[in-house]
Amino acid sequence: MAIRERLSGNEAVAYAIKQINPDVMPAFPITPSTEIPQYVANYIANGEIDTEFIHVESEHSSMSATMGASAAGARALTATSSCGLALMWEVLYVAASDRLPIVLALVNRALTGPININADHSDSMGARDSGWIQIYAESNQEAYDNFLQAYPIAEHKDVRLPVMICQDGFITSHGVENIELVEDGPVKEFVGEYHPEHYLLNSKEPMALGPYAVSNYYMETKRAQRQAMLNAKQVILEVAARFEQMTGRKYGFFEEYRMEDAEYAIVLIGSAAGTCKAAIDQIRETTGKKVGLLKIRVFRPFPEEELAEALKDMKAIAVLDRSEMFAATSGPLGAEVRAALYQAKAQAEVVNYFYGLGGRDITVDDFIEVYDRLEEIARTHEIKDMYEYIGLRSR
Amino acid sequence: MLVCRKWKLSVHGLLPFTVGACFDAIIILEESDMKDTVEIRWHGRGGQGAKTAALLLADVAFKTGKYVQGFPEYGPERMGAPITAYNRIGDKRITVHSNIYEPDFVAVVDDTLLESIDVTHGLKADGGIVVNTQKSRQEILDRLQGYTGKVYTIDAREISEKALGKYFPNSPMLAAVVALSGVIEPEIFLNEMRASFEHKFAKKPEVIEGNMAALEMTFAALAV
Amino acid sequence: MKSTDINERSPWQDITEGNQIYEPATSRNFHTGEWRTCTPVFDSAKCTQCLLCFPVCPDSCIPLKDEKRGEFDYDHCKGCGICAKVCPFGAITMKEGK
Repeated sequence: MAIRERLSGNEAVAYAIKQINPDVMPAFPITPSTEIPQYVANYIANGEIDTEFIHVESEHSSMSATMGASAAGARALTATSSCGLALMWEVLYVAASDRLPIVLALVNRALTGPININADHSDSMGARDSGWIQIYAESNQEAYDNFLQAYPIAEHKDVRLPVMICQDGFITSHGVENIELVEDGPVKEFVGEYHPEHYLLNSKEPMALGPYAVSNYYMETKRAQRQAMLNAKQVILEVAARFEQMTGRKYGFFEEYRMEDAEYAIVLIGSAAGTCKAAIDQIRETTGKKVGLLKIRVFRPFPEEELAEALKDMKAIAVLDRSEMFAATSGPLGAEVRAALYQAKAQAEVVNYFYGLGGRDITVDDFIEVYDRLEEIARTHEIKDMYEYIGLRSR
Repeated sequence: MLVCRKWKLSVHGLLPFTVGACFDAIIILEESDMKDTVEIRWHGRGGQGAKTAALLLADVAFKTGKYVQGFPEYGPERMGAPITAYNRIGDKRITVHSNIYEPDFVAVVDDTLLESIDVTHGLKADGGIVVNTQKSRQEILDRLQGYTGKVYTIDAREISEKALGKYFPNSPMLAAVVALSGVIEPEIFLNEMRASFEHKFAKKPEVIEGNMAALEMTFAALAV
Repeated sequence: MKSTDINERSPWQDITEGNQIYEPATSRNFHTGEWRTCTPVFDSAKCTQCLLCFPVCPDSCIPLKDEKRGEFDYDHCKGCGICAKVCPFGAITMKEGK
């Protein structure tokens, strides 16, 4: 029986952590993810779980300690946001290269500067090349569900990569919404116990982890790491199928909303998808225009072929990026989607938008304007710029 | 589905100031064709509990089977700075994640905000606003820039001090928003709040009754 | 998979996950003695077994058995000369070359 609740996104992730009862959680507080270690520390203090909480002096240390715990054989995790993730940078790459199945609860917040505490994806998008699997949520429900699926993906023998479970700072992390929780028993069964094959504290198998790789080995090691990322695609789908059996909630690489007959599509990541869905319902009800949404859930590994297949027949597509990368073309999602469509020789017109940087709000009306613009582009085949902005003040 | 109901409340007899007094009200429900989701905006000052009030409203609405959202607008503000919090309440799952710009209802926890904030900005003409104030209704009306919707004023300080002996504006404000918006039927609201207080203050029965009295006195004071 | 199965011609498919090495003491297989340009020579007649040399060797090339040191491990000795410097009895001398 599902448990009906109303929780904030941070509460939901902390609750998932409680249900999983991992072995070790080193963490350092940073807005807006601070509540997650705070709630977990409460669970520990109340004797509800026996996770070892490690107080550290920085995020470089929290990720290092998480790595150490994972290497030793523990199921380990941490949580952070924004500059906290930036301070982990060096260690993120090591965790991925060492193939440690760590889970990171990331609450997306703009990177400084200018200093800002609100949601955008610049933190996790900056870490997109670190070798971590990245899964994003639209709502508290998805943040919870994704977190439950994280360890089964990370620890799978064909994968063994760290997983970043991302949700939008404040918008979902601090907003209270209805949520359906899974009971403890089924969660424990679904996530399973962790029995690492190789680990440093195994006295029967002394081992070395993270050795120096000279040029003669580095490229082969990276190629093998890429294979794990490719393998993750199949595992992500298998875990999602198992999750659907348990909850009835269906997950994949992305969600297609009213795309069956759609001619105009928006592609985006995160909480704004919900607002876009409301816009789609409104447009379809009032004008009958065939508009749809493709919401990316899994950004790493990037589902290039599946995405191109889903989008190839659109007349026009708007890709919305919630982070800058100062490229000539677009933002990171725009670049990936364009590359996928180019490779698939798709003919759809594509326009890229920047939106929501540093927590700038995006409304139903904003989405309606984007769909109007897509219709115009499909008619005129004129795209002035590689990228445009939503909600930018300009002279 | 019909969500927002316009209702009238009339109170018979004396106001229930004594602890444990029952609340005698006749509720007349009038259904109307309003949209699926009711949107509420809260104005308060950091530390006054406007965010907590929004979350409490989400809580109690959730318990009556509604789909809810309760969320604050976050910035670097601290104690005393004007803050905004929001609620969406409806019978269908709510997916919109933007702020609320055209609320159905507005709740002002601190009337000094009327000096600096345009609290009726975007407020729907067929909606309403409730202001916590010790000033007269006319004084508040003069400050609302000709707003034509429902205007309620409530003296949460007086009610809270009578009922609880201290100034906690949340319970009166919560009841006032329920009375104004009709998102929850008052009887169901009171039952849910009693259950919630009994759970929260199991060891302090006087707080339970005090809070219940604050809710009931607010309903009574707003009866029109 | 043994570390000796992996070498500089191994294809990427044959590299262990994260380059992990599932056996101890594999550094023995790496002969740092090849880097040596000066060689310590041990004169057992002058040695009093004071054992000052044994702990200072950075490459653990002075084996110890029954509280007595033995001949150098030339597979791993890099010829740094620290042992010759600490020996109070002139029992270790450095010669040019291997």
